[in-house]
Amino acid sequence: MSKIILTRRRLLQAGVAGGVVLAAPMHFIRGAYAAGYLNEPKGSTVKFGFNVPQTGPYAAEGKDELLAQQLAVEHLNGEGDGGMINTFSSKHLKGNGVLGKKVEFVTGDTQTKSDAARAAARSMIEKDGVVMINGGSSSGVAVAVQGLCQEAGIIFMAGLTHSNDTTGKDKKANGFRHFFDAYMSGAALGPVLAKAYGKDRRFYMLTSDYTWGWTQAASMQKFLEAEGWQLVKDVRTPVGAGDFSSYITPVAGSGADVLILNHYGGDMINSLSQSVQFGLRDKMANGKNFEIVVPLYSELMAEGAGDNIKGVYGSMNWNWQLDNPATKAFVKSFGTKYGHPPSNSAQTCYAQVLLYADAVERAGTFNPCGVVAALEDNTGSLEGIDSPANKGFLFEGLGNGKTLYRAADHQCFKDVLVMKGKEKPTSKYDNLEIVQTTPVAKVWYEPDNDMFKGGDLGICNSGA
Amino acid sequence: MDTIILQILNGLDKGSAYALIALGLTLIFGTLGVVNFAHGALFMIGAFCAVTMQKLLNLSFVQIDPTRKDFLGNPLKVQVPYVDSWFGHDIGAVLISWSVPLAILLAIPVMLAIGIAMERGLIKHFYKRPHADQILVTFGLAIVLQEIVKYFFGANPIQTAAPGVFSGSIDFGVLIGFAPNAITYPYWRMIYFLFSVAILGGVFAFLRFTTFGMVVRAGMNDRETVGLLGINIDRRFTIMFGIAATVAGMAGVMYAPILSPSFHMGMDFLVLSFVVVVVGGMGSLPGAVLAGFILGILQSFASMNQIKALIPGIDQVVIYLVAIIILLTRPRGLLGRSGVMED
Repeated sequence: MSKIILTRRRLLQAGVAGGVVLAAPMHFIRGAYAAGYLNEPKGSTVKFGFNVPQTGPYAAEGKDELLAQQLAVEHLNGEGDGGMINTFSSKHLKGNGVLGKKVEFVTGDTQTKSDAARAAARSMIEKDGVVMINGGSSSGVAVAVQGLCQEAGIIFMAGLTHSNDTTGKDKKANGFRHFFDAYMSGAALGPVLAKAYGKDRRFYMLTSDYTWGWTQAASMQKFLEAEGWQLVKDVRTPVGAGDFSSYITPVAGSGADVLILNHYGGDMINSLSQSVQFGLRDKMANGKNFEIVVPLYSELMAEGAGDNIKGVYGSMNWNWQLDNPATKAFVKSFGTKYGHPPSNSAQTCYAQVLLYADAVERAGTFNPCGVVAALEDNTGSLEGIDSPANKGFLFEGLGNGKTLYRAADHQCFKDVLVMKGKEKPTSKYDNLEIVQTTPVAKVWYEPDNDMFKGGDLGICNSGA
Repeated sequence: MDTIILQILNGLDKGSAYALIALGLTLIFGTLGVVNFAHGALFMIGAFCAVTMQKLLNLSFVQIDPTRKDFLGNPLKVQVPYVDSWFGHDIGAVLISWSVPLAILLAIPVMLAIGIAMERGLIKHFYKRPHADQILVTFGLAIVLQEIVKYFFGANPIQTAAPGVFSGSIDFGVLIGFAPNAITYPYWRMIYFLFSVAILGGVFAFLRFTTFGMVVRAGMNDRETVGLLGINIDRRFTIMFGIAATVAGMAGVMYAPILSPSFHMGMDFLVLSFVVVVVGGMGSLPGAVLAGFILGILQSFASMNQIKALIPGIDQVVIYLVAIIILLTRPRGLLGRSGVMED
C-alpha cells in the first residue's frame, strides 16, 4: 500500500484540478439561475429547432415537414397570408413573432436514426440555443429525442410518430404529440373494415419489428377481434427487409382472407407491391375476396406504391381534401408557395409550431414550465365524453376540427380519417379518398389503458 | 407440400440474383485477382437503368385542360408523355409499360462502359497492392456511386413496374398436378429466374466455346505463359471486367419490378454475394452459381413460420451459419480449388 504524501506542489495541483471540476457545472448553473431557464432568448429574436430526416429512407417526408415549418415561421413573423393563424381558435398570435420576438430557426438531420437524431438535437440545444425542438418522422426517433429534451429542459413538439408508446409508457412532461396513434387507427379502422368485409374474417399480419410495429399490431388485433375477426398469425419482419416474398408466400395457404401490413415508408411500398404481385388481391379465400389493409397511410407512400393502393383501406391524421376553412387556408397557403398539397406530416408539424407559439403567448414566457402549464390548461374538455381525464387545452381551426391537448398524457384527441386508395385518380395528388371521419369519442381511451400504462409524465424541466 | 414448393420457388428467384452477382464477382476475382466490393453498387446502377428508362419514356410536356381543376382550383395542368404524342396513346402506353425490358438495351452499353472505365481508371492501379487495399478502394467507390445515385434520384425507393401483361401470377400448381390456386407465383419472378438461367448459360458458353473465352480461361490458369505467347491478356481481362459489370447490371434491371430500387439496395446484396462466393469456393464459377441457388433456397426455408417457431430469428442468420459450417468442414468452399488466395 502506498502512502499518500502531500507536498506543496501536489496540494496546489489538486486544488486547481478540483477547482476546475467544481467550477465547470457552476458556470452553467449560474447562467441558468440568472436566466431562470435554459436558452432564455435575450435580444429581439428567438430560435426554434426543426429536427427532421433530411437524408435516409424518410428524407422526402422530412422535406415536406421542413417546408411546413418554414411556412409556419413566416406566418408567425407576419409574412405571407397568415395561413391557419387566421382560422386558429386561440387569438393570441398577432403576426409579430412570439412575445414580440422575431422567430428564427435552425435545422437538424435525424437520418431516421435515434443516435443521429439525439446528436442533432443536442447540437441545436447547446450550440444554437433553441427554445424548442419540433418535427421528426419515426417513433423510435421521437421517443429518443423526447427523452433528451426532458433531460435538457426544453420543449419537444413531436412530428410524425404513431407508436402508442410516445404518449404511453415513454411519455414525458416536456413532450407533446399532435399526431394520432396506433390505438386510434385501430379504433377507427375496426368498424369500417367489419362493415366493408364482414364480421367473419380471418386476418394475417406482417409487422415491422420495432416499437411502432408492435403497438400497431396489438391495436389492430384488439379492435379486429372485437369485431369478431380471428387472428391467424402475426409475423414480425425486420425493418428494411426489401424482399418480403418469403413472408408473403405463406399467407396464401394459411387460411387467412385478410392481410394487414403493419409496415411504413419503403417497407410498406415493397410489401404492398409484392403482395399484389403475388396475386393476393385477385385471390379467393374461404369463399371471399382476399383483402389487404395498410393501417397507417401517408401521401408519399401512396405515391410510391402507385396503382397497388387502389381500394386498400388505411387511416390518416389529416388530409388536404378535408372540407373545412382551416384546411382550405392551409392548402392554399402551402400549395401556392410550394406547388403541391401538404402531406399529413406537414400539417402536424405546422400545427405544432403554432400550438407552441400560442402557448408561449398565453403563458407570457418561453420558460418550458410555463409552456407546459399553458398547453395543459385544464379548462377545456371535449363534448360527449364522460371521463375525469377529459380536460386540457381545447382548440380548433388547425384543420382537424375540435381538438383536445389532453393534460394527462400530452396527446391530442381529435377525429380520425379512414382512407381508401382511389380507384380512378385524376392527378398524382389525388390517390386517396376519405371514406369516413371517425368522431373523437369513438377513438377515446383512458390514460391508464392497458396499451398506454406504465409511463409517467414526471414534472416539467426548465433546465434550471 | 405446396408451401415447400413455394419456398423453393422463392429461393430460386432470390438465388438467381445472388448467383448473377456472385458470378460477376468470381469472374473479376478469377481474371484480375481483385476483390471488387463495388459489385453491389453495379447491381444497384443496373436497377437505376430501369428507373432512368422509365423516366425517359415518361418525359412529358404540360398541357392545360381548362375543363378540370387542380387542388387549388386553377385549371388542371396535364402531363402528356412525348411518346404519347409521337406514336399515339396506344403505342405510347405500351412503350411506357415495357420500360423495364427496354431498359436492358440501355443497361448493356452503360454497364459495359462503366465497367471498363472502372477497371482502366481505378482498379488497374491496385493490381499489385494487397487485397486489403483493393477492398478499401472498391468499397469507397461503392459509397461514392451510392451517393451520386441518391443525389439524382432521391432517397425514397422508386416503384418500377413490370410490363402490364406480366403483372399477375401464374397458377403454377395446376401445371404440376396440384389443385387450382394452391401454388400461384408472380409471372415476373418466373421470368427473372429464366432470364438469369439464360444469362448464366450465355456466360458459361462464351467462356467454353469461343476462342476469346478459351484465352481468358487459359489466362485465369496461367497469366504469364499466355502473355509470353504474344496474347494481350490485359485487354481481354478488361473486357471481362466490363462483362462482369454488365451481368450485375442486367441482374439489377430485371430485379427492379421485384424490389423498388433505392440507392442502398446494392449493399444488401453485396454482403450476401460475398458469402455466396466464399461458400462456393473463391475463383470457382460453377461454385458461385451453385452456392447462390443453395443459399437462396435455404434463406427462404428459414423464413417459414414452422421453422421460425422452432428457432426464432433463424431467417436472419441462416446464411452465415451455413457459411461457417461449410468453411469449417470444407475450408476451400464447395467447389474451390487449392492455391486460390492461399499464397
